Amino acid sequence: MTTHKIATDTIPVLAARGTTRRRWLNSARLWAGCGWVARHVLAVALGMLFALPLVWALLTSLKTNAQVYVVPPKWIPDPVVWSNYPEALTRVPFLRYMFNTVKVTIPSVIGAVLSNTIVAYGFARIRWRHRNIFFIVCISTMMIPYQVIMVPLFITFKKLGWLNTYLPLIVPAFFASPYFIFLLRQFFMTIPAELSDAARVDGCSEWMILTRIIVPLSVPALAVVALFEFMGTWGDYLGALLYLGREELYTVAIGLSRYQAGGWSQANWSYLMAASVTSIAPILLLFFVAQRTFIEGITLTGLKG
Amino acid sequence: MTSQTIQRRSSWSPTERREYLKGLVFISPWLIGFAAFVLYPIIASLYYSFTYYDLLRPPRFIGLENYREILFQDQFAGKVLYNTVYYVLLAVPLGTIVAFLLASLLNTRLVGRSFFRAIFFVPSIVPVVSSAMVWLWIFNTQYGVIDSTLASLGLPVIPFLSSPEWAKPSFIIIHCWSSGGAMLIFLASLRDVPMSLYDAAKVDGAASWARFRHITIPMCTPAILFSVLTGIIGAFQYFAFAWILTRGGPNGATEFYSVYLYRNAFSFLKMGYAAALAWILFLIVMAVTMAVFRSSARWVYYGGSTD
Repeated sequence: MTTHKIATDTIPVLAARGTTRRRWLNSARLWAGCGWVARHVLAVALGMLFALPLVWALLTSLKTNAQVYVVPPKWIPDPVVWSNYPEALTRVPFLRYMFNTVKVTIPSVIGAVLSNTIVAYGFARIRWRHRNIFFIVCISTMMIPYQVIMVPLFITFKKLGWLNTYLPLIVPAFFASPYFIFLLRQFFMTIPAELSDAARVDGCSEWMILTRIIVPLSVPALAVVALFEFMGTWGDYLGALLYLGREELYTVAIGLSRYQAGGWSQANWSYLMAASVTSIAPILLLFFVAQRTFIEGITLTGLKG
Repeated sequence: MTSQTIQRRSSWSPTERREYLKGLVFISPWLIGFAAFVLYPIIASLYYSFTYYDLLRPPRFIGLENYREILFQDQFAGKVLYNTVYYVLLAVPLGTIVAFLLASLLNTRLVGRSFFRAIFFVPSIVPVVSSAMVWLWIFNTQYGVIDSTLASLGLPVIPFLSSPEWAKPSFIIIHCWSSGGAMLIFLASLRDVPMSLYDAAKVDGAASWARFRHITIPMCTPAILFSVLTGIIGAFQYFAFAWILTRGGPNGATEFYSVYLYRNAFSFLKMGYAAALAWILFLIVMAVTMAVFRSSARWVYYGGSTD
């Protein structure tokens, strides 16, 4: 427990919470000249603009067909057709698709957290010659367009017989990815070296240091990795498109496109919107529960990057 | 970064050797993944780009024929490149500007700041396909919110996804709508600008726009650079929305580079051709990234804030 106290005192990120509020509240910049009212009017206007698409989707999902295909657009559904949801989600086996997506997402998250932690530890907490060269190579792979590896990767998976399984979507997560390596490495490097050194003097192996010291201190960062990997896998379209041919395997991403039967003009829009809202709901829920983690996650990479 | 004792290349202390091994062991998941999922595919795709390969028969070596065809004979490839460059040149700056302006608005005293921050951010975490469906409905020419309202007011209807002129701008609109991620990065960057700079400027009588132009923006240039670079890399690979919403239409107006590549690989089964396209894309992205990075020395100011 003393380790934790020492950590919180010495790690700036953890200690600075609660002190930043005063700084920026006094410093309205570009918009300072605009006045309080103007700023709020602008914020509300922009807020409505940005919220419109999702709100409109929700409203559409609760309308009868008669109220969907109407000019000018009718805003409030009347009556509210809640039954659109069970109908939409059974017309196409959407719940199965969601379950499939979970089948892909959970292992991916586990794989990502495990592998990235281990690899980032190697890049951050062990001093070895050529470490930087390897790291630069790692980071520069982020610039390679996916299309370059897409074709051979597909051919490889085909030869392995992994088409129409979830393996191509899950297995790569267990081999770490540059984005998360970078994020975790940055975070690990803020943990004082003294902690590791003291443990080494006491005879701890690197693995013990990783699991008993670094990981407990890094839970926020690991949460970010888990969250972002979840998001990436949940919404993955191209991967599912490439590797999942059989209908029973469809994930939400592909399944959503099954609502159009014979061209867009014949799609039942209220059903499609109901399904879309259902596919967004878990992400929204996650966001409201873990807002802080989301925001820290994005700023952790973008700032010191 | 700890400094290492300078040693002659050839002498390795037992400790160094041990640490090296440990390092390699820990990064082995990445190393293996790199070899299998990056290095091998890159080399393989380079090889395929010199072949004709339709998956049914083994690859047939044809030398530079694919590249020759792409560069000199394929007229569609030119259009595809135009579409992609159009998108990159518009979406990246506009997206960055929108994100920055939103961030600077959020950086002021606002009632319900976190509420607005959530509204602006959520679009960026909505899954791509779901977002596509929502916008498909919004852009619907007959009953979508926008056109339906315009029609009822007697105004001309905007053929968003069905006309070549409006198709790409529609995608740019969607892109700006989902720039919440960049907004958060800018928000953090804005908060790191030292107050003392603003105080000094106010003392010197600088108006708020001048303060914005000469303090805020310059101090945020590292974040802007990051956003622009990742934006460019992402924009060149733009695929999902175009494939879902318009399949590359109307009339090839939204046939972006990745769409064309995908079509060549999986519709036409011209794997070799697709690989060649991919390598050309790789070179273009490299060149543009290098160019932006080089130019950054002139307009990016590091050494702000708390480090």
